[in-house]
Parts: sequence; C-alpha cells; structure tokens
Amino acid sequence: MSAKTPMLRMDGINKVFPGVKALTNVNFRLFPGEVHALMGENGAGKSTLVKVLTGVYASDGGTVTLEGKPIQITTPLEAQEFGISTVYQEVNLCPNLSVAENIFVGREPRKRGRIDWKEINRRAEELLSTRLNLNIDVTRELDSYSVAIQQMIAIARSLNVSAKVLILDEPTSSLDTNEVEQLFAVIRKLKSEGLAIVFISHFLDQIYEISDRITVLRNGNWIGEYMTKELPRLELVSKMIGKELDVLAEASSNKRIFKGGESFLQADQVYKKGKIQPFDLNMNRGEIVGLAGLLGSGRSELARLLFGADKSDGGTIKINGKKVSLNSPKQAITNGIAFSSENRKTEGIIGDLSIRENMILAIQGVKGWFRYIPRKKQNEIVDEYIKLLNINPPNPEQLIKNLSGGNQQKVLLARWLITNPELLILDEPTRGIDVGAKAEIQKLMLSLSEKGMSILFISAELEEILRTCQRIAVLRDHEKVSELENDNGITQQDIMKEMAGGM
Amino acid sequence: MIKSRLFWPILVLVLILLLNLFFDPGFFSVEVRGGHLTGSLIDILNRGAPLILIAIGMTLVIATAGIDLSVGSVVAMAGAMAAFVVSKPGLSDDSLVPLFTALALAIGLSVVAGMWNGLLVSRIGVQPIVATLILMVAGRGIAQLITNGQILTIYYEPYSFVGGGYLLMLPFSIFIVAAVLALALFLTRKTSIGLFIESVGSNPEASRLTGLNSKNILLMVYIFSGFCAGIGGIILSSNVSAADGNNAGLWFELDAILAVVIGGTSLMGGKFHLMGTVIGALIIQSLTTTIYSIGIPPEVNLVVKAVVVLIVCLLQSPEFRKKVLGGLKSKANRDAKGVA
Repeated sequence: MSAKTPMLRMDGINKVFPGVKALTNVNFRLFPGEVHALMGENGAGKSTLVKVLTGVYASDGGTVTLEGKPIQITTPLEAQEFGISTVYQEVNLCPNLSVAENIFVGREPRKRGRIDWKEINRRAEELLSTRLNLNIDVTRELDSYSVAIQQMIAIARSLNVSAKVLILDEPTSSLDTNEVEQLFAVIRKLKSEGLAIVFISHFLDQIYEISDRITVLRNGNWIGEYMTKELPRLELVSKMIGKELDVLAEASSNKRIFKGGESFLQADQVYKKGKIQPFDLNMNRGEIVGLAGLLGSGRSELARLLFGADKSDGGTIKINGKKVSLNSPKQAITNGIAFSSENRKTEGIIGDLSIRENMILAIQGVKGWFRYIPRKKQNEIVDEYIKLLNINPPNPEQLIKNLSGGNQQKVLLARWLITNPELLILDEPTRGIDVGAKAEIQKLMLSLSEKGMSILFISAELEEILRTCQRIAVLRDHEKVSELENDNGITQQDIMKEMAGGM
Repeated sequence: MIKSRLFWPILVLVLILLLNLFFDPGFFSVEVRGGHLTGSLIDILNRGAPLILIAIGMTLVIATAGIDLSVGSVVAMAGAMAAFVVSKPGLSDDSLVPLFTALALAIGLSVVAGMWNGLLVSRIGVQPIVATLILMVAGRGIAQLITNGQILTIYYEPYSFVGGGYLLMLPFSIFIVAAVLALALFLTRKTSIGLFIESVGSNPEASRLTGLNSKNILLMVYIFSGFCAGIGGIILSSNVSAADGNNAGLWFELDAILAVVIGGTSLMGGKFHLMGTVIGALIIQSLTTTIYSIGIPPEVNLVVKAVVVLIVCLLQSPEFRKKVLGGLKSKANRDAKGVA
C-alpha cells in the first residue's frame, strides 16, 4: 500500500471567508484505486475542501498536485478538464430530458453539423452497461427512473469526461438500503478500474463498508489521515468531535436523581422520511432529557417534529394522554411547547427588532392581532426578564442584532419563558456563547425543571448533557438507537459508543 | 437630530421648497380665496394626496419584503368603477345614493384586487413582483372593460367633492389622507400588526418558528395596499371628473415605491416608517410641481427628478455620508499640511 504514490495531493490548503477561517492548513491525498472518506461534523470544512478542489472556491494558500505536476484550478470547468468530477447530493441533471441527453448535454457528438442522435443513444447505452452494469432504456426521460438510478446516471455523466478523480458528496442520503448496495457495487467497480474516489457521508456504517482511507477534519483543521481498517469507530468519533478518550473516560460529577413526575408528552413511532426514522419518546414533567448524537444524526430533525416546525409523515403524539396534531409551530405553542432553534441567526432572532419586541413576539403571537399588550405591561415583563437572565446591555430598546451571541440566546429564552411553556426544547442553546453565559443557561434549565417544566436538551457537548440531564436519548444515522438513564455509572464514553455504533 | 431617519428627507423637502421661493417669492403665501385656502403649499398637499395614500399602502407591503406593482392599475380600476356608476346620464345632483354606491363599489373592487394579490403571494407562494405584475397588466384591461375603452366623463356634482371639494377651508382630500394615515398608524402601532409585519419582513422563518401566521399578515398588507390605491383612484378621478382606463395612475407604482424608499423603509423588508413615506411622497410631489413652476423644459424633467431622488437615497446612506464628508475632511487636512 505505502509503495503507491498519490494521484492527487492537496497540501496546506487555506480558505478564509469574511470573519471565518474555513480551512487551516488542510492536507488531502488521493490514491488511485481507493475510496477515501472525508469525515467531519457539519461545518468541519468538508464541503469547502471539495469546493476548493473542484474550482468553485479559490483557495487562499496551499498547493494542489495532480500526478506529480502542480496545478491551478480556478473554475469548475478546469477541474473537469483535469479529470476531477463531482456528483453532488442533489442530482444536478435535467429531469425532463432523456437519459442519453443528460449524459451528453453540452458535448453532443455531431454529424455534418447536426446532432447525431443515434450515436448519442448508442454511446450512452454502452457507457451505462460497460462501466456501471446498468441496462436501461436511455431514450426515456430521466424523471421516470428512481433517485438511485439518477444518481448513477449523474456518475456516468461525470465519468464520460475521462475522469481520474470522482467526488461523491453525500450520494446516499436519499437512497434506501437496496439502492445503496447498488451504488456501492458501482463504486467498487470504478475503484477496480483505478479511479480515485472521494466519498462523503454522515453514515458511519457506510464509511466502514466502502472506504479504504479516512481523512478527518474538525473546525477547518486537518486532524489526520488514517487507514479505515486501523481506525476503530470510537476513535474516529472522538477525533471528529475533538475529545480525547482518556478525558472522556473521566466520570462526571454533579448527577441529579430524577424525582419523578407524570408524563407530559409521548411520541409514538413518529417519523419523517429521509430525516428521522420512527422513534418513541416520553417526556415527563420536571425532567431534562438530553439528545446526543453527532451533528447530522437527526437530533434537530427529531426536535423539529415535536414542535411542528416540520410536518411528520406518520406516528402519533399525545400530550397529557390526549392525541394532538402538531402541524405548525402555532399548534405546538398552544399545546404548551416551546422551541429554540440551533440556528440562532436565521431561525431565532428578528435582527431588525429590539430586545423588547423580540421578547414579546411569541406571547403576542398567541394573543393575536388585536389583543396588543400595552406598552407599559411590555416594559414590566421585559425588565423582569432582563434582570432575571442578566441580559447585557439592559436596554430594552437596543436592537437584538447588536447583542453578543450569549445575550441573544438569553433574549430568545426569555421569549419562550414568557409564554410559560410546559415543554421547552432547546437545540444547542449554549453553542458559540461564552462560558459565563453557558453556566447561567444551564443553571436556569435546572431551576426551571425543578418548577415542573420538562426540557428537551440538545447539545454536542456530552459533558453538558451528563451534567444536566436525567435521561439521555442517543441518535445515530437518523435513528434513535438507545435511551440511557443518567445514573452515576454513565460516562461520556458510554454515550460515544452508542453514537458510533457497530462496536 | 441628524441621527433621526426623518432628518434627511425633511431637509431635502425644505430645500426643494426653498428653491421654489427663490424663483417665486410668493411661493409660501397662503391666501383665502373664495372661502378656501389657496397657495402652492396647499396645492402640493392636494395633488399629492393620491400618491401619499398609495405610498402608505406600499410601505406595509414593502415592510414584508414584498412589492405591489399593481397599484397604478388599481387606481385606474377604482376610478373606472366609480365613474361607471356616476357617469350615467340623468343622475340628479340632489341624491347621494349614486355617490355612496360608487364609493362602495370602487373600494370593494380595489379590496378584492388586493385580496387577489394577497392570495397569490401568501397562499400559492407566487413571488410578489410576479403576482402583482399580473394584476398590473390585467387591471388596466379590467379598467378598460368597465369604461368600454372610452374616457368616461363625470357630470354628477357630489362626486367631484371627494377630490375637489373643501372642508374647513382645506381641500377635502387632505382629510381623507389624514384619516387613512391615522388608520394605518393605529393598526400598526396600537395593535400587534405592525410588530408582526416587521417580524415577518425581517425574518420569515424565525417568525414562523415563533408561531406567527405570516400568511394572514401578507394577505392583510396586500388588501390594505389595494384599499389605499382604490381611494387614491377615487380622488384622482373625482379631481379630473373623468376616468381613463388607459392612463389613470400610470407609473404610480414607481413613484410610490420611490416615496417609500426615500422615506427610509428598506426594500429588504423589516422596519418601516409611515411618516417617512409621507415625507417621501411630498418630496416627489413638490419636485413635480417645482419642475413645472420654475420652467424646466418638459423633456428633461424626468432626468431632474431622477437626479434628486438619487441624491436623497445617497444622503440617507451613512456609509456614503461618511465617505463624502470624510473625503472632504481628509482633503482639508492635506491642504492644511501643504500650507504648513
């Protein structure tokens, strides 16, 4: 293995977006006849790296070498000419053209100045059957085939351009198990023909099934390159989330024992296709339940279904034993549920409005158009929560966009606390805020739960979950895989094992 | 004071009016003539009434990050509808029934037009510019259908009171504007509608997740915009005692959008400023009046108008002011150093 020379090398790649360092000194090597998995949580820099490689973004430093020669890739077209092809998660083809047209669009073979349709169809058929083992009618519209077949046609289209490197960005996210097998068969065949393949996926099982080599990125940094066989899953996960195993083994203190309370909400086989597999979940009053899992494992998707932010495809939700339908946030709010999204900027704050207006928005939404809360009353409420949550600056008329992340988060918490919810769903409420605000929010959660509020708490920081939650539900690959009681025996490592699976 | 959003628009308005004073020393004089107040200032308010009304409605639409291109056509439709009722031969000036029938039908039609826009945008999800473009085109057709392709002339006296009559020595249209403005201010500042409009316009997804029903908010602002345009159309047709399906309210949508922008409301949606819009509309109206009164040749008057609007928009940008004023300052510094 080590005797092989890489077909493509990227060394010391840097990429800066305004205000963010997206890639810092990232290295990446691709070998012919290998499947190389690019791993990392959302936002780790996988897509950015791929986009630098395919010429969508210009890099801010570093070199790319193809077969020993340094190259400059500045446009996607140049990348294609170098033999670097990409198949994106969403199929980028024209659904209303025929399969053959899709494969040859833009470079149709011509005869006497006119497009040679016979030749197009013949070559398309040949390409699909010899390289992908796919025998289909190429004159039919693309739309008439399944997503998996379309995915393969997309691959065929990129192969046609004398490909050396094939990049598959989340190709399996919308495929079922059989279709994934079909796709993997194609990948193995292409690999045996000497293609270098980059495979990006959130599904750990698939990574271990198909890949030979793994590069891990975290927060735009290069963590390392490993042979898949030599990297146990648990180690991979800890590299992805950046916790050393020995640190994780440390028992956490401060456990709380659940005092008990009747059930508030029960979810029974609730699911959304392509987002989260059917799950059961029971939320008791006065209980904090943690949702653990890698980013992209379906944590937020589960939470959004309980809030009606997305519509579920099936299953039942009962509140206080009565069946309810939660098809919109409004319905959820009237049923006593509140939800603070992980995307504070895009789904939380209303930037142009003041602290006061942001705070009263949810309760005013419940009251409707004409029962406007008088200004005096608004000021009373807002002042109370500014004091309670220690919001800085304590000026209700300050625009929320001018606040720090932690203070924005506190305003959003206040927005929901004012509605006096019975179930509070917090999706990454402590992400990107300073330590002081973090501790304040955790303390607040504990005191709220003591008053009988149930809280569903999503966090990437296991330590935080262990410290605050009585029960922990673990998600993996869009599925709720287990539920752990947080008694003193549980460690971060136990949760990580569940997150990684397949041990 | 410079920080207030209204400062720059008001400054420009004052400058335009002062410019007029330079050419016509009697510009600011208001006289009582035949029991009415007359003068250029009154004239600007009176003639500007339809634009102010339409711009008020437009402000709320733009605050939701939408746009209503159909207002000019709604002006024509409402005028045509009203004229259709009151231009029938043989109407007695003593009966007010035709007047109220005309007003009710015209306002009803414009509300339906607004509802049509609102349904397309909020329920079907058509982009506002496309949805209202449909009615911008179709509306003129409907107006011409109502007038049968002719210009309808109105001889019914009570109807001309709406746009040409006087109350307490002032043009009646000013009272209509004041009433609609008061209604808009009440709805947006004394109920939660204003807050919801700004919230939906600023961040629709966050608003949805806060439990706001953005669909009804959108529907409401388009209905209100149609309502305002309808009243504008009635005033306009009453003023000239005629309804012209082809030309009434032509390009009003553009003037209204300009008025909103000059008034400091962003086309990206979010915070809106009704008083700013009123000032903006007054700027546009006084500009039009000025161009005619100081005798700028008609062939360049659109250019002059465009330049003034550009200046107002640039003045409102803090970045631009900083650049220009900062540039002047640093130049002054350099000159000073050069002397030393």
